[in-house]
Amino acid sequence: MISIENLSYEVGTARILQDVTVTLPKGGMTALIGPNGAGKSTLLSHVARLLPIQTGKISVDDLEVGNCDSSALARRLAILPQQVHFATRLTVRDMVAFGRYPHSQGRLRSEDHNKVAEALEAFGLTPLQNRFLDTLSGGQRHKAHVAMTYAQDTDYLLLDEPLNNLDISAARALMALLRDLADNSGKTIVIVVHDINFAAQYADHLVVMKQGQIACEGKPVDLVTKALLTDVFDTDAHVALIEGKPFVMP
Amino acid sequence: MNNRAAIAGAAAGTFVLAAVSLFVGVIDLTPLDVLRDPSALTLLIDSRFPRTAAPLIAGASLSICGLILQMLVRNRFVEPMTVGTGQGAALGILLVTVFAPTLSIFLKMVLASSTALLASLGFLLIARRLPPTQPLLVPLVGMVYGGILGAAVTFFAYQADMLQFIETWLSGDFSGVMRGRYELLWIGAMAAGLTYLIADQIAIVGLGRDASINLGLNYNQVMILGLLVISIVSALTVVTVGAIPFVGLIVPNIVSRWFGDNLRATLPVTALAGGALVLLSDILGRVLRYPFEIPVGTILGVLGAFAFLWLLYRGPKHAH
Ligand SMILES: Nc1ncnc2c1ncn2[C@@H]1O[C@H](COP(=O)(O)OP(=O)(O)OP(=O)(O)O)[C@@H](O)[C@H]1O
Ligand SMILES: [Mg+2]
Repeated sequence: MISIENLSYEVGTARILQDVTVTLPKGGMTALIGPNGAGKSTLLSHVARLLPIQTGKISVDDLEVGNCDSSALARRLAILPQQVHFATRLTVRDMVAFGRYPHSQGRLRSEDHNKVAEALEAFGLTPLQNRFLDTLSGGQRHKAHVAMTYAQDTDYLLLDEPLNNLDISAARALMALLRDLADNSGKTIVIVVHDINFAAQYADHLVVMKQGQIACEGKPVDLVTKALLTDVFDTDAHVALIEGKPFVMP
Repeated sequence: MNNRAAIAGAAAGTFVLAAVSLFVGVIDLTPLDVLRDPSALTLLIDSRFPRTAAPLIAGASLSICGLILQMLVRNRFVEPMTVGTGQGAALGILLVTVFAPTLSIFLKMVLASSTALLASLGFLLIARRLPPTQPLLVPLVGMVYGGILGAAVTFFAYQADMLQFIETWLSGDFSGVMRGRYELLWIGAMAAGLTYLIADQIAIVGLGRDASINLGLNYNQVMILGLLVISIVSALTVVTVGAIPFVGLIVPNIVSRWFGDNLRATLPVTALAGGALVLLSDILGRVLRYPFEIPVGTILGVLGAFAFLWLLYRGPKHAH
């Protein structure tokens, strides 16, 4: 369980997060949605201790973010930021292997090698494993970054817009893989997505943010309505029900 | 070409160069002389071996430092001599020489390393504020920063009437290397060698702050450790043989082009290639205008320009 209590964050006079209190349940998949600039990435960055907590408190199970041992948290929780840019020249395999650092401290044992091979295989990267990242296509490179996060093999996975750059088949495969991790490996997935249909289709729980605050949360079927789209996203779209799940007409 | 082959190739090349270096100099010396003539053996031990070892270990340490700095700053166009570290070291030595000339050599080195560290930290703080979309700003700002520190050093030296020391500190030259006069370089080499133990950490720091924190790394601690090594090596090199330009820039760039930036695999190649390059430059400096010597910095400047052009236009298109 990730519990966030009274989290506020200011840059200069701009209030980017305002008194956010929310609990992300353990297990299953939670999707974080909201318009551009709502504060989704900022919230995830706080949970992953990439930004210092100004006011409020965050804990991941028994670990208090900011006060706990950073390497212990790295074995519990991994984040894939929205923008990843690595300036160094690494092969796909080397980079995915760095995902094992929290467990191996650099000395890869056979279980680490297995996990790396598994991550490469899961994202179809095995044939590309010896290529340098800067020789890959944008989507392939993105898959490699996701594979690195996967290899970190933590209980909690925070993914900020992981569907960027992915074709429809890769996007569906990734969501199915995350679903499988949640259902069969007991992982907790927190994902930021812009495509509400993907969120409604795959997530168990939705958290909606607007202007630095939590607008509402709940099950997709209860939440995704015409009212949500007008109130939060300020757009007038039609919502249909297909096979019992809400579907936003584009 | 894979990594093992590269290490073997670089090691073989270095070995040949070292053998050549032992028998090149103003006094004729052949391997047979060493067996027959005790004074030839003395020449070998007192002069030729130090003259061979110094360029090797200075080149190896500086290449490693260049690579580490490039990882810490996340910019390929920097090396310790272009971001003020060397100038910081020179300032430190100058200050102790003027104000505390009786200090032990060890304490002098500690002080010089400290000023080098402060100078590097200063650069890092400035570099962090530069927009990442403008990678060329970093070396430019570094040169200005190094230039300002260098001017301060020259000003102090002028006041203290010590300008001739500046000359020896800021332009590398191995002609004065003899047994008993270069051993400090070994300490620098050891410091540089120890970074192999934190090769993974430095490679991860090269991925950036967010990636480092996500992997549970103590980002600032690795940063300081890396800077410390760079400062120690720079200070010891500046004092012993003078600043040697370009190695720290060219060698890591070429190695990275071919083998990438997984430091655990590339640090040994980088070290060997750097040692070989500086030794080769020094041998050329000894033979080109025999019996006169051309300073190693001059040779490296020319070699470096060609190497850099080659580096920019060649290099593998693919990783295989
Ligand atoms: N360093 C900063 N300085 C000033 N404002 C910032 C800074 N970082 C973020 N912001 C602002 O905070 C707000 C929230 O940003 P955040 O990146 O969390 O949004 P988001 O919900 O992830 O948006 P998107 O869907 O576009 O990724 C934005 O208005 C942004 O402009
Ligand atoms: Mg975002």
